[in-house]
Parts: sequence; structure tokens; C-alpha cells
Amino acid sequence: MNTTPFNTLSFPGKKNSGDSVVNGVDLSVNFAGIKAPNPFWLASAPPTDKAYNVVRAYEAGWGGVVWKTLGEEPAAVNVSSRYSAHYGKNREVIGFNNIELITDRSLEINLKEITQVKKDWPDRALIVSIMVPCNEEAWAYILPLVEATGADGIELNLGCPHGMPERGMGAAVGQNPDLIEKVTYWCKKHYSKPVIVKLTPNITDIRVGAQAALRGGADAVSLINTINSITSIDLDNMVAKPTVGHQSTHGGYCGSAVKPIALNMVAEIARDPATPTLPISGIGGISTWRDAAEFIALGAGSVQVCTAAMLNGFRIVEEMKDGLSRWMAEKGYDSIEAFSRKAVPHTTDWKHLDINFKTIAHIDQDLCIECGRCYIACEDTSHQSIAKLTEQDGARRYEVIEDECVGCNLCQITCPVENCITMVPQETGKPFLAWDNDPRNPFRVAS
Amino acid sequence: MTHSLDHLPSAKEVGTYDPATLAHNFSDLHPPLTPRQAIIESQRCLYCFDAPCVEACPSDIDIPSFIRQISENNINGAAETILEANILGGSCARVCPTEILCERSCVRNHDAECQPVLIGLLQRHATDHMQFESHPFKRAASTGRHVAVVGAGPAGLSCAHRLAMLGHQVTMFEAEQKPGGLNEYGIARYKMTDDFARKEVEFLLEVGGIDLQYGQRLGDNLTLDTLRQQYDSVFLGLGLGASRMLGLTGEDAPGLMPAVDYIKTLRQTDDLGSLAVAKRCIVIGAGNTAIDMATQMARLGAKEVTLVYRRGTEAMSATDHEQEIAKANGVRMITWAQPDEILLNEQGQVAGMRFANTRDQEGRLTPTGEFFEIPADAVFTAIGQGFEGESLRDATAAELARDGERIHVNEMFQTSLPNVYAGGDCVKPGQDLTVQAVQHGKLAAHAIHQALAAQQEAA
Repeated sequence: MNTTPFNTLSFPGKKNSGDSVVNGVDLSVNFAGIKAPNPFWLASAPPTDKAYNVVRAYEAGWGGVVWKTLGEEPAAVNVSSRYSAHYGKNREVIGFNNIELITDRSLEINLKEITQVKKDWPDRALIVSIMVPCNEEAWAYILPLVEATGADGIELNLGCPHGMPERGMGAAVGQNPDLIEKVTYWCKKHYSKPVIVKLTPNITDIRVGAQAALRGGADAVSLINTINSITSIDLDNMVAKPTVGHQSTHGGYCGSAVKPIALNMVAEIARDPATPTLPISGIGGISTWRDAAEFIALGAGSVQVCTAAMLNGFRIVEEMKDGLSRWMAEKGYDSIEAFSRKAVPHTTDWKHLDINFKTIAHIDQDLCIECGRCYIACEDTSHQSIAKLTEQDGARRYEVIEDECVGCNLCQITCPVENCITMVPQETGKPFLAWDNDPRNPFRVAS
Repeated sequence: MTHSLDHLPSAKEVGTYDPATLAHNFSDLHPPLTPRQAIIESQRCLYCFDAPCVEACPSDIDIPSFIRQISENNINGAAETILEANILGGSCARVCPTEILCERSCVRNHDAECQPVLIGLLQRHATDHMQFESHPFKRAASTGRHVAVVGAGPAGLSCAHRLAMLGHQVTMFEAEQKPGGLNEYGIARYKMTDDFARKEVEFLLEVGGIDLQYGQRLGDNLTLDTLRQQYDSVFLGLGLGASRMLGLTGEDAPGLMPAVDYIKTLRQTDDLGSLAVAKRCIVIGAGNTAIDMATQMARLGAKEVTLVYRRGTEAMSATDHEQEIAKANGVRMITWAQPDEILLNEQGQVAGMRFANTRDQEGRLTPTGEFFEIPADAVFTAIGQGFEGESLRDATAAELARDGERIHVNEMFQTSLPNVYAGGDCVKPGQDLTVQAVQHGKLAAHAIHQALAAQQEAA
């Protein structure tokens, strides 16, 4: 029998609480008018499929949730199996792939649960993801129903890369800027709260979609949705994974592996003069507080997480909030806003980089464990700028040939010892010179 | 072999351990890695360039490559990488003092973890789990040459396998009734379990072209002279079958015997409980044989095992790791003491030993003038091995140039006699390691092959 006299052991600042102040730092955000105690939201996906999961997420301390995509009746039907992984060493999941569709539960149950959850958790962001066919009637029908739940906003799923495009929805809309604009317009017309447009990365230039969303009146964009993928082939049965009977299909790729792609796309929109102030909810492989901080630094106002939670459970948000707030305190950032977009001005086109800047590798001989990885990497595949020497006692010694080193970072990257190889900027005495103005550039701009 | 201990009780009678415990005491000393452990361990390897572990391996195994293959779950590929350099890679994985060879030079020792990749256990994983439908190495077209290999220990087996691969016909002559040499008879039982030595030789012979004859002892029913006449070339992998004597009176007393002879019996018995056990015993020596002897006697149920060495622990040829094994089994180590007198009881049996304390005086071992006695029912000597005197007595064999107690060979493993090669423990220089014997055999095979090809060209 449980004899504890306590009903609850919660206390102010407890890591899984919904408090916005963590370690003395205010993590709250106001994203395009949607308020949340912290920027860590769960993306529209299996973890947000029903009230049971969403309540558990809020209990764990997530600042917001984007409810798994609602659609028209009848509800979608899913196949079995649904997920597959791209593994790194030691079964670490580098990338994750799914062929699941939007919610396979009825619209009525979802709406009822959303209403109740929002009522019970008024301080948390609750956004409803929606995908219905590309005609105004369909949107005009569902939007008032969603508005009636009291949810804080909607996210348009214009990116689902599998199953739905065949029905003229998801990526089929997201890959057509005119349709993005039109659907966004209908949503703003039939829904009074913030509209977030979720963009698909399965396009050539992400900025086109963001510009279309803005034209349609979007309050914000979120990105990226999943990337078309086949993670692996079962070589015994010659079929891709996940396997459905004797067949498979491409799915949507997410997880750590897509983070660099997502970061670039977020930066593209943040840097685009056409969308300079468009709020961005960053999505794509965010697993740690550092990932989140990087997205925020490149322009995101909130971040959405899915794969990391699916692999580890909701508790990961505790460390995300703790780590982020400690780092912010250390850096003197008193709000998310304070460092949002800080890295955007330093992200530019290649042609604006300083052609006269020079950095070269330096090997710390005390830290070197003599594995030779830097040597063979440089010798075989780069600029032959590392010398392999033998000490009198037979020990190996690797030294950078400074005159040959182009500062490519390869040796530093392949070195297994942290901080053993550092890149040291060199004093060249030369002024800043962008390629735009370089005399060697036949298309230079006269300065 | 252990008649000298006939007056002592058996392990069963001593009764320290029940049969199940005895069996456990002689099961795998270092249990193998599970497949999952092997994958995790393989991924610690940094795949060094010009890897120091390869430089440290006497048999030139491409360690980073086979570990990478394990990490990709390519076990047959890993095994082949190992076996093409060292056909006895399975036994070397068990008996190599990796802590002074590959694992000592692993760069991971210098990394934050200060812990090398477990190369020996990974090698064992690959060779234990390989599954070949047929022998992985194919023979070259027949050269029509026939080579005699004397001794089916690691050196001889390695030489024979490589010669067979190079297209030669090989006849092996083995004095014992089983092949394997020290792998079969000399290594501690818990290091070579499940009849591994026999299975490994069976696998090796699958290459074909090797005829193995038992009970053929050089100097007894075999002479070097005949071999030289009958074969195109001869390889001697004789090992060092004779144990060095203490040179004290009473050396033939019941209760005193060479450690290698006892271990040989221990390795071959089906009934550990029937082995004679000294409740109190002394082992004299400082090499792995001494450690193996002392540890195994403790594991059989001896109450008091004392290992005595005339110099300090740092001079012992047994590695620190081996010394630790002995200590963990309750073996007492006494250093700076040398045998002075064998103490006998009224029946003329060993009752103990008197030792003279020693010290190092400017590099010379000098008695201090002090003495002490240790009572014991048995004394095992492990003070080094030499040739079996008889083996090189025929007129031709007697001509072989020597380096001290070993056969002299040049860098091509050629002896002073034309077409006679030698390798393994019987030659100098030698570290007396299985892995080095394998390398000698392999290199000698290539030297023989080269010489035979040159002779053919000249003819």
C-alpha cells in the first residue's frame, strides 16, 4: 500500500514542470502569437496522435505540441510495418524513416480530445496539424471545427511525402507554390488564429515555398518535413525496409542525419530578403539542447522534436531545457529572443567570404596518440601537408607542413582526440577581400 | 609421465575441489566475447595507418583490417585476414602475451581511456566463428617438389601449410602421437579448452598435400641424413623437448619432476581427479611454464604453492599479466632465492627444498650466505628447455652449427647445412612464443620455395 503523505512531489523549478523559468532563465516564447513556457514542442507525428501521449508529454515538461495531422473522414488506414532506421556504429540510430499516414483515428474523437487537453493545459501551446484536399470547401468545413477546440493555432501539413500526395494532398501541394499560397489564403479566411505552413524539403529551393506561404498570409512557417528516403535493403529478400509483406516503398526521412539539411533550409529563409521577419519553427533531427540552440541562432523561434522523443521517450526534454538554460545563463542571454537569429548575419553566400583569410592545422604533440589517421587522410585525399616522422625512440610523430596546408579541416575532423588538432588563423597582413572584388574574378564588382 | 609423483594422493583424494569445481577451474580462463561484445569492441579500433599493433605482431597480422571486418560483421573475411598471415591465429589468440605485443602498442593506451582494444579476444572471436564451406586457402599448381618437415608444433605446421599452399608436397614427422606441439601438450589447460589444438590442426590440414606421420622421432627412428637424401628440402621445427636440470643431488628423487612433463599429462587426461597433487609444492622458474604449473597445481587443489625465482619479479619472463593470474590463484612468490639442496624424507622422497638467498651485485647474481627451507611434497622445475640430446646425434645433424643451445640459422632460416632450414623455439634468436614460431615456419616456407625455384631455374 502506498503510504506516502504526498499527493505530488512537484516543486517550483522541477525539471519536468511547465515552469518557464529554468535555472533562472526565462525560456518562454511567443511564436507568431502562440505562447508557450519553452520553445521545445513535439512535432506532428505518432507521439502526438492522441490525448494519452500529449498529456504525458506535457507532464514531462514539453512547452507545446503539434497534434498529429487531422484529415477528412473517413480516417486514413495505415500499413504494417511502418518504420525503419539508418544505423551508425553500435546501433546508434542516425536516421529514421516512416511510411505512416496522417491520423487513423476519427476526426470527432481527435477534436474532442484536443478540446479537453487544451482546457486542462491552458499554459501549453497546442497546435493542430491539418491536411485536407485542395479545395476551399474542404478547408472551410474543417477549420471552424478546429477553431472550436480552443487550440492555439494550426499547422498546414503540405509536406507529407508518402501516401497523401497520391491523393492530391501533402507534398503534392507543398511542391507547388501556387497551391501553397491558395491553401494558406483559405486558412486565413476561415480561421482566426495563427496559421503555420509546414514546408516540404523535397523541392529545389525552400525559399519559394516560404515566399508563397507569406503571400497567402501565413503567420509563420515550420520546416522541414521529412525527406524522401529508402534507408536500407534487406539483401536476403531483396526488399527495402520497412517491409510490408514482400514489398516496400519510400518513406520520409528524419532524425539526426537530416539536421544539417534542415539547418541550411532554415537559414535560407531567415536570410531571404523576401521573408526577413517570417517566424520559423525549426524541425529536423533536433535531439539535444545544442541542436535547438543552433536552430534558434539561425532564425527559429521555436523548435519541434520527434525522432529523439520516439527513440528515448518524452523525458529528454528535461535535459534540453536544463542544458539550454544553463548555456543561456553562462552567455548572458536572458530570453530565447536574445540569441535568436544571432548567427544569421554571419551566414552568407560563398562569394562574400574573405579570400585572404588563412588558417592552418596545428597538432598538439602532447595530446597526439600517434594513430596516423591525419597523415593518411591528408596524404591520400588532401594536400600532402602532414609529415610522418620517426623519433629516435621509434615513436611516430606527425607534423603539419605549414607551407602546404590549405586549412581544409580534414585532419582535425578525422583525429579521434578532441582538441589535439586545432586550426590556427594566420596573420597574412592582407586586407579583407571578397571574391566579388577579387582581381582574379572575371566578373568582379569594381570596388 | 608423472611416475615420480606416484606416492602422492590424487586430486580426488586431496578433495579440495569436487569434480564440478575442478572442471570449472580448467574451463576457459578468458571467456570469449559474445557477438555483441565483439561488435562494440571492434568499433573502438581507430583503424590506424601503419598501425603500431601490426608492427608489434610477430606474425604480421593486419589487425586494423580484420577488426574493421568484424565491425562489419564480415567474420569469414576477418578470419581470412588473420589466417593468411598466421594459420594458427586461433591458438595465438588464446596464448599470445598480447599485453606485451599488439595490445601494448595500441594507440588507445594513450587515449583518455588508457585501455587498448582487446585485439586478442577479437582475433579469437573471428577464428572461433568463421564458417568456411571448404578450406579458405587454395594450393598453387604442383611444383613436383617434396619437403620434409620435422615436428608438428606451431613452427612445423605453419611451414607445412604455407609450403602446401605454394604447391609443394609435404611430409611431416611428429614424435608424439598427436600434432600441435606445445599447443597440444604444453599450454595451460584453461588457455586451450575444448580440444582446440586438435581442431585447429585438422582445419590446417584441410589445405591438402600434407602427409603427417606420428611416432617419428629424429635421432631415434629418423635421421637428418636420410631426410636430406629423400626430400628436396628439410625444415626442422624440433622445439626444445628436454627440461634443464637443477644440477643438485637427489634430482631423480620421487616428488621432483619437470613442470612440462606434468603439464603434458594434465593436458591429456580425461579425469582431472586422477592427477597426482602435492598438498604443498614448489615451482622453480620465472617463465610462463612456471606460472602455468603453479596456477594449475593451485586449481587442482594444492593447499600451498610457492614459486621461487633467483632474481626479482622485473626480470621474470612471465608477463605481469601472467604473474597476476598466479597471484590471484593464491600462488606465493619468493624472489632472490636459488635452489641449494633437495630435502628428502626417510623414504628418499622429496620433503622440501633448501634455498640460498641471492642478490644482484653489479649485475652478477651472488649468494648472500643466508639460507631458508620450504617444506614440500613435490618440486616442479621450469628453468628452461633445451634440445632432446638424442635428436641431433646422427652424423649429419651433429654438423649443424649452433648458437649456444640452439640451431644457428640465417635471416632466411637456413641452417649451416644446404637445403636444411629450421625455426621455432629450436633456433636463435627466439622469444619462445607460439606466434613467433608460426612466423618462422611461414617465412622459412617462402625461403624454401624461393630456393627450390632458383634451383629449378639453374638446372
